[in-house]
Amino acid sequence: MHQISVAQLAKGLRDKQFSSTELTRHFLDRIASLDSRYNSYITVSESAAMAAAEAADRQLAAGDAAALTGIPIAHKDIFCTDGLRTSCGSRMLDNFVPPYDATVIQRFKRDGAVLLGKTNMDEFAMGSSNESSFYGPATNPWDRERVPGGSSGGSAAAVAARLAPAATGTDTGGSIRQPAAFCGITGLKPTYGRVSRLGMIAFASSLDQAGPMARSAQDCALLLNTMAGHDPLDSTSAAVATEDYTAALDNSLEGLRIGLPREYFGEGLDAATGAAVDAALKELTAQGARLVEISLPHSHLTVPAYYVIAPAEASTNLSRFDGVRYGHRCEDPVDLHDLYTRTREEGFGDEVKRRILVGTYALSAGYYDAYYKKAQQVRRLIKQDFLDCFEQVDVIAGPTTPGPAFRLGEKSDDPIAMYLEDVYTLAVNLAGLPGMSVPAGFVRGTPVGLQLIGRHFDESRLLNIAHRYQQVTDWHVQEPPEIAEGAA
Amino acid sequence: MQWETVIGLEVHLQLATRSKIFSGSPTTFGAEPNTQASAVDLAMPGMLPVLNEQAVRYAVMFGLGIGAEIGKRSIFDRKNYFYPDLPKGYQISQFQDPIVGRGRFEVQLEDGSTREIGITRAHLEEDAGKSLHEDFHGMSGIDLNRAGTPLLEIVTEPDLRSAAEAVAYLKALHSLVTYLGISDGNMAEGSMRCDINISLRPSGSEAYGTRAEIKNVNSFRFVEKAIRHEVERQADILEDGGTVAQETRLYDADLDETRPMRSKEVANDYRYFPEPDLLPVVIADDYIEAIRESLPELPTDKRHRFMEQYGLSAYDANVLSDTRPLADYFEAVVAGCGDAKIAANWVQVELLGQLNRNELDIEHSPVSADALGGLIVRILDNSISGKIAKQVFEAMWQGEGSADEVIEAKGLKQVSDSGALETMVDEVIANNSAQVEQYLAADEARRKKLVGFFVGQVMKLSKGQANPQMVNELLAKKLV
Repeated sequence: MHQISVAQLAKGLRDKQFSSTELTRHFLDRIASLDSRYNSYITVSESAAMAAAEAADRQLAAGDAAALTGIPIAHKDIFCTDGLRTSCGSRMLDNFVPPYDATVIQRFKRDGAVLLGKTNMDEFAMGSSNESSFYGPATNPWDRERVPGGSSGGSAAAVAARLAPAATGTDTGGSIRQPAAFCGITGLKPTYGRVSRLGMIAFASSLDQAGPMARSAQDCALLLNTMAGHDPLDSTSAAVATEDYTAALDNSLEGLRIGLPREYFGEGLDAATGAAVDAALKELTAQGARLVEISLPHSHLTVPAYYVIAPAEASTNLSRFDGVRYGHRCEDPVDLHDLYTRTREEGFGDEVKRRILVGTYALSAGYYDAYYKKAQQVRRLIKQDFLDCFEQVDVIAGPTTPGPAFRLGEKSDDPIAMYLEDVYTLAVNLAGLPGMSVPAGFVRGTPVGLQLIGRHFDESRLLNIAHRYQQVTDWHVQEPPEIAEGAA
Repeated sequence: MQWETVIGLEVHLQLATRSKIFSGSPTTFGAEPNTQASAVDLAMPGMLPVLNEQAVRYAVMFGLGIGAEIGKRSIFDRKNYFYPDLPKGYQISQFQDPIVGRGRFEVQLEDGSTREIGITRAHLEEDAGKSLHEDFHGMSGIDLNRAGTPLLEIVTEPDLRSAAEAVAYLKALHSLVTYLGISDGNMAEGSMRCDINISLRPSGSEAYGTRAEIKNVNSFRFVEKAIRHEVERQADILEDGGTVAQETRLYDADLDETRPMRSKEVANDYRYFPEPDLLPVVIADDYIEAIRESLPELPTDKRHRFMEQYGLSAYDANVLSDTRPLADYFEAVVAGCGDAKIAANWVQVELLGQLNRNELDIEHSPVSADALGGLIVRILDNSISGKIAKQVFEAMWQGEGSADEVIEAKGLKQVSDSGALETMVDEVIANNSAQVEQYLAADEARRKKLVGFFVGQVMKLSKGQANPQMVNELLAKKLV
């Protein structure tokens, strides 16, 4: 049961090949026996999952099942879950049990999904390797010496290790796409505003976006159908009509214009990764797509602009973690200042502190114009670059990452090297565009991804291209060797 | 040296929305601590603000009320500082692009003259919660009921020149916002709180002196006292050749003094930046026009109309236009009796006097405008004298019925029957022969004074009900 897609599982449940209770039990057992290797879950919600599965089975029997009724799903531990600890990968929230569900969680519940548990992540989604998690890093199921990527590393590892049929993630600068690429799964960051941010713990409000992480484009489309939609309680959520994201999956690619930004294929890109991307593009041209060389001239400003804006927003988003109302509080504070400083000193890890400091600095009097304001101006230029390109092409393609997954510890002492891991993914968030990573082969035994970038609200097109590609390739169905061998 | 006082005010006005500015929690005053604080107000992780449209509408109403430019695209910003009663660690406010731009405002001073006060801007923001430092055994209590209450911060130009002007401005502002219905203006409950910027400069000088800011003064009286105190303090410093420190001070009403706030209480870098959880507020012209059309007549317009239409003095017009219910009451009395001057007099002297003594507001007056109009009609048609009318009013206040009912029941109708009056006049003349002789011996000028005695005697005899004009005429005829 763990080897098939969400689409097939949904059919199996309807055809009574197995029950949701059996399916859920199966995944819970796999998690129990295998996850000590991958550390992909922070919290497993066993009893609630079984209760939800039983309820789903009753609905299935009654014939009033919704799209995802009975399908177990793992959620990144950034989504607040009513009655279930939501840590955001931080000691600060190690004891935090929200009394409410995030809109994303509500929507999965509405559509009948079973919540398996909460997946590991970089602390407050700040990181590209999962190493900043208070709960220790998740590992890459293709090579446990390597990182699964981040910040949604736990979700990527869980799907790759077949410890969940599909999962949710969030992406502020590549946090869905990069771990999807590293773990050989399919991940979609929707257009900013497509999925509600309510109840999703904020990192950088103007960049954060939730999306699906699954084995295939088709499964991502199924999940997006549940996740997408306007939320009146999130002012930045878009009042743009949703569509059935599975409807256009099989559309022809004939005449599709794919833009290749020359800045994404230059220095810094691992040769073998570039070759895998080239091969993937060849498959698309074989289906009638046309490649167009384009330029995103402000690409070199992406990393500096992002690393001003994201920390600036984060520095104030994280002010609420002060030990007053919930979360970690230091022992026996002697006064208010002591309460604040010790609580935050103890509650936050190094990377979070680094970004709070950087962001605070960038917003300070006398520096605001030089940093934050300038970065916002650059952001507009970057967005304009994309809009200009979309005059000539339908979609933009390139590598998701400069290379395959790096080793645990390899970059954890070098923040700049770590930040450069996201060089191809950050701009998509700055521009608010949808972006996707699709498994495109292997480099030295670990997966790499093809990134597709679309126009605002053109998720269907990205899913269509990815799905057509997955009809003629099998990268996305390959399992990590120790999983395939049934080492469990 | 002669010093000129320069004052600018920042008023934090609580808007009378039913729910908070960024959440659905109610804003009712006086609830049990933390019972009106939702997950949004508590800044629980993942919670997001949603702007209350009514707060925007009220801000636009205010802007139109002072003839200000409305910010067609206004932006919310985060103002960052740590304090336990500020749950998010930032206050959502407006910095660069406020919803209300420059406007002006006519204020009437005590002497009846008027002054134009410039309004620099007004912006929307959320209130913080309350820290309670007593009764917690060395700890502090936090009540977040008030957190997220909508405020309009109204900032004046440094146009005010005295404590009296500042108070006149605040009273006029209070009148405007209650007319508009955008705030209850209840100062005791903190609906109008005031920060005072104050500096002195040598009379005739153009340059401003260094200012001190006095925070959070919450009554007209305290504003007046705080300014008087601060002017004295600064004048003493300057007279001694010292310099005023630019600082934030607190007014202590108990000690009647201002003192500097501890530096800890003053944050200096708020790191303002646009609030990414909210979109810019874009206000369409037709939205503004629809609000403009729905605005009531404003106090200044009403005051001018009262002067022109009813011939009232500036002072009377100002008093009677102070609140909408009072102005409406006055106009209803005028409509009932047809004489604006007598109506103005009765409303201000008798009615407001009674209301004040009984601590009632006009809406709870036991004597309705119609009833008071009915009373004045009886004065005008000579059914009763002004003096008797006060007696009738007293009875009406006690709930004894309409003017006519009281006059009837107590038999207070003025005696205008010439036969009855003549009998009384004759009786008085007969009983006071000494005074009659004195009168007859006097010259014309003195007679005018002496006749009052006879009028008084007749009134006494008639229990005040004699028509004084007729009594005068009869006496003139008979005292020869």
